[in-house]
Amino acid sequence: MSSPVESLVNREYKWGFVTDIESESVPKGLNEEIIRLISAKKEEPEFMLQWRLKAYRGWLGMKEPHWPNVSYPPIDYQEIIYYSAPKTVMPLGSLDEVDPKLRETYEKLGIPLNEQKLLAGVAVDAIFDSVSVGTSYKKALGELGIIFCSFSEAVREHPELVERYLGSVVPMSDNFFAALNSAVFSDGSFVYIPKGLRCPMDLSTYFRINQANTGQFERTLIVADEGASVSYLEGCTAPRRDTNQLHAAVVELVALDNAKIKYSTVQNWYAGDENGVGGILNFVTKRGKALQNAKISWTQVETGSAITWKYPSVILQGDDSVGEFYSVAVVNGRQQADTGTKMIHIGRNSRSTIVSKGISAGRGNNSYRGLVKVLPKAAGARNYTQCDSMLIGNRCGAHTFPYIDVQNATASVEHEASTSKIGEDQILYCKQRGLNTENAISMIVNGFCKEVFKELPMEFAVEAQKLLGVSLEGSVG
Amino acid sequence: MALLEISDLCASASGKEILRGVDLTVNSAEIHAIMGPNGSGKSTLAQVLVGHPAYVVTRGSVVYDGQDLLDMEPEVRAQAGVFLAFQYPVEIPGVTNAYFLRAAYNEIRKSKGLEEVDPMDFLDLLEEKLKLVEWGPEIMQRAVNAGFSGGEKKRNEILQMAVLEPRLAILDETDSGLDIDALRIVADGVNALKRPENATIIVTHYQRLLNYIVPDFVHVLSAGRIVRSGGKELALELEAKGYEWLTGGAEAA
Repeated sequence: MSSPVESLVNREYKWGFVTDIESESVPKGLNEEIIRLISAKKEEPEFMLQWRLKAYRGWLGMKEPHWPNVSYPPIDYQEIIYYSAPKTVMPLGSLDEVDPKLRETYEKLGIPLNEQKLLAGVAVDAIFDSVSVGTSYKKALGELGIIFCSFSEAVREHPELVERYLGSVVPMSDNFFAALNSAVFSDGSFVYIPKGLRCPMDLSTYFRINQANTGQFERTLIVADEGASVSYLEGCTAPRRDTNQLHAAVVELVALDNAKIKYSTVQNWYAGDENGVGGILNFVTKRGKALQNAKISWTQVETGSAITWKYPSVILQGDDSVGEFYSVAVVNGRQQADTGTKMIHIGRNSRSTIVSKGISAGRGNNSYRGLVKVLPKAAGARNYTQCDSMLIGNRCGAHTFPYIDVQNATASVEHEASTSKIGEDQILYCKQRGLNTENAISMIVNGFCKEVFKELPMEFAVEAQKLLGVSLEGSVG
Repeated sequence: MALLEISDLCASASGKEILRGVDLTVNSAEIHAIMGPNGSGKSTLAQVLVGHPAYVVTRGSVVYDGQDLLDMEPEVRAQAGVFLAFQYPVEIPGVTNAYFLRAAYNEIRKSKGLEEVDPMDFLDLLEEKLKLVEWGPEIMQRAVNAGFSGGEKKRNEILQMAVLEPRLAILDETDSGLDIDALRIVADGVNALKRPENATIIVTHYQRLLNYIVPDFVHVLSAGRIVRSGGKELALELEAKGYEWLTGGAEAA
């Protein structure tokens, strides 16, 4: 058997290629001029510029948080390029006009930007560095009154919706990275599902960072009007580079009365090499607000990034609202993850479910951090939390930081946790039946994650299982 | 040619010598029982034969079907037809019995250059094998050994053996913790799988199982060596006289 280190060196990140394309970037560094420049490039209305500047001024007075259980070299915010876009992208990119090089990039990533070739029933918005290169099925969805477009386009075409909901779930002053995002966000997706409509296909966004020294600050806003429902998928990759790249996104979900939003992520940013050099710093704020009888469900499979810091949360504002969080977080090599969720119960009889599966291998460090908060008016609120950790090898770490704050005596909160180790005996058992070590681990790990994978849409679940296999390659010596 | 030829096998775990020169020859169509008191090295012998990484072979050789068994990875041994019914089968939560067993079955087929079997065909094949252990199909949808009783785990081992059809089956204390009905089911399963080209090694502490599975040879292991070999009557003699008769209290030390 090869040593773990050896196998890790040979580990392939097949999404690590760079697209050679001419880009237009703003000068590096951050100041009001840069923000005005980004806003001008995007031909934004005045309210948007003022919103950005206000966020920036707030950010200047904030401090980078250091409470997460992760460590990384200091970030120099003046060394980052805040906007970069391929020169050939049309301002209102339709799929027919996509640069062949970009088309090729997405084909290589398994995302053909061609409606005939696309997965049946999935509409895609493709984001490359700071801009959207195209959105499929836009017209067909538009005929139903569904808006699915890049965020930039939404700002220009639907300013009233953007102005009404932007920052309504994650205020610009929410936290350091959310404030930074609010000041400089480049692109992302915007979704609006009209009253009573069930979106007939899954919507998805594929994020790609290409340029070096560029941060990606995407902003996604999904609004499901009363009684509407939608399932949204997010995927992401980046080239291998030996410097850290910052990805500070904000995702806001608004589920009005009786609406349902299901948000699934397979996060596969470049994780850095075996010595922890390079990789994406994935500092993300994701939050949803569920009004009366509404439901928001987060499912995430986090296998990439050097550092992951994110807590997809639900504010259960309405009576009978439902929040769910299903997570698989894998760390290998020198990866670090501090992830979990917050369920804030405000409405009566609001319910939440948290299922978190953390897998630590190599020298990875994995922390679950979760808050269940029941406010005084949330009579009859219920939460169930299950938090399982699995260790592979003996140089990795798993930590759990559950916070429970209950202010209503009729609420019920359950928390279950377990830690297990893939042992020699388990692997030998599988090997004795004819399976090799990699297959044995993959089978054991997939079994461990089953409860989460079953929440993912079909194509995504298959992708996630494969990804898990790749991420854990060589994790046992 | 013998199916299995063990010569002067010595093995240790955590620096402690457990096997101290085991010699054993097993031919096709034979059933061998290896008996002995606790701590004599019976289970270690079984674990060494399947390549458990916790044991280090310090001397000796094992030739299986003309190949150097000790040089083979555990999965290669399994693919070559060596099967161990574990004394303590592990649990694999979230993985169904059906999925696990089909994966194993297909790995073994692939190693022989045969095509993989799809889930539907595999279910047909299972139906026959399940009858052998008197189980319905619902057991296949449960996670591997998770929440199984001791007896169910042992029965599951026999089911796996029936599906994988090994040439050399090693049963490590398969009778321990079984009630009389489960014991009969396990024994019937083993007997039904007997073939002229196969062989079985039964590792056991008690003579009880040998009432159901009649061995051709009985060996007594003591302090890491085979101290006596004989026919099936040796097991009865042991039952009557106790192990001290042969070991002279060597295990007590």
